[in-house]
Amino acid sequence: MNILIDNKSGTPIYDQIYTQVKQQIISGELREDEALPSIRSLAKDLRISVITTKRAYEELERDGFIYTVAGKGSFVAARNTELLREEHLRKIEALMQEILHLAPACGFDVDALSEMLRLLSEE
Amino acid sequence: MNAIEIHNLTKHYDGFSLDNVSFTLPMGCILGLAGENGAGKSTTIRCILNAIRPDAGDIHVLGKSNQTDFAKTKEDIGVVLDNVSFPNGLTTRQVGKVMSKTYRQWNADLFEQYRKRFDLPESKCFRDFSRGMKMKLGIAVAMSHDPKLLILDEATSGLDPVIRDEVVELFYEFTRDEQHSILISSHILSDLEKLCDYIAFLQKGKLLLCEEKDELLSRYCMVQGSPEEIRAIEPAKVLSEKHTVYGASAILRREDAPRGLQTSSIGMEELFIAMVKGEH
Repeated sequence: MNILIDNKSGTPIYDQIYTQVKQQIISGELREDEALPSIRSLAKDLRISVITTKRAYEELERDGFIYTVAGKGSFVAARNTELLREEHLRKIEALMQEILHLAPACGFDVDALSEMLRLLSEE
Repeated sequence: MNAIEIHNLTKHYDGFSLDNVSFTLPMGCILGLAGENGAGKSTTIRCILNAIRPDAGDIHVLGKSNQTDFAKTKEDIGVVLDNVSFPNGLTTRQVGKVMSKTYRQWNADLFEQYRKRFDLPESKCFRDFSRGMKMKLGIAVAMSHDPKLLILDEATSGLDPVIRDEVVELFYEFTRDEQHSILISSHILSDLEKLCDYIAFLQKGKLLLCEEKDELLSRYCMVQGSPEEIRAIEPAKVLSEKHTVYGASAILRREDAPRGLQTSSIGMEELFIAMVKGEH
């Protein structure tokens, strides 16, 4: 598992851990039922606060990406297809928002955009 | 269980008083006590160690009041104060011997490990030690009787950056065990920022805040802009501001940052200075 913490970026540290672990679960790098490092050892290895690490794990658990067995630690949860779909949909929406934001600058309306998308998908 | 619990600690001196200080260090965590010289850090620590009697308030250490049976609790506490002193004529090995008679749980092997790790000469007299070496010996002694709680008063000041980094590393290892906690005071805020889970700011005997470090830091930011843009921010929201010929900047809560201005995250040092100056 790779986690890179950037102290200078404005993103809160717990969020950086959350996002990176989540991405590795979605991409399949972290497999179902694989054990995650304990909160304490991850915090000490990353040189960050225990509380922050705990918060990241709590959010991952809340969102169904990991599960915790008392006394044993945290593990990667079964990949939830519904969750994945939701995640991808959100991404598509965000990208489309950006397209809509850029389009007026080139004088493109929605029709021109759909034409462009159709052409691209035929390639 | 909490490693340290302080309620309404008050101590008056001529010209200085520690005023109604309360904070808690949860087990397994590191709490940094930050403050200017004379803010009351050492007074607080001396009260915890029962070296001075507070005028009011109560202190619990490792689950027990420090007024009952404290000699026993002390076995579980490792202490390093800002000036480490041992009898001048003793060598490192002799210090180890004396300590083995002092602490019931003295671990001679562990002491030897720290001695090697810190590169402390075995048979050099304490009087010939540099400040850094004295500090390292103090830390080695404090950690060699298997303490559950380390109390460090300015223990990293006076050390060069490389050794400080080594010591910080050591503290990380120490708190890998969730029964282990550290209370560390320092005015070197970058050390505290690296190390701590919680941070407490003392200012002229008063506790400005005691909070979780990452959350505290993420709550504030710095905005930069033209002097007009910065002046346009409601003054009550600004913690501190700086004006130069080329522009201006202000430190404030993230949610109060005006839209469109460039924001950046700030470090403990900037936040502390902004808060202390704001108090004046």
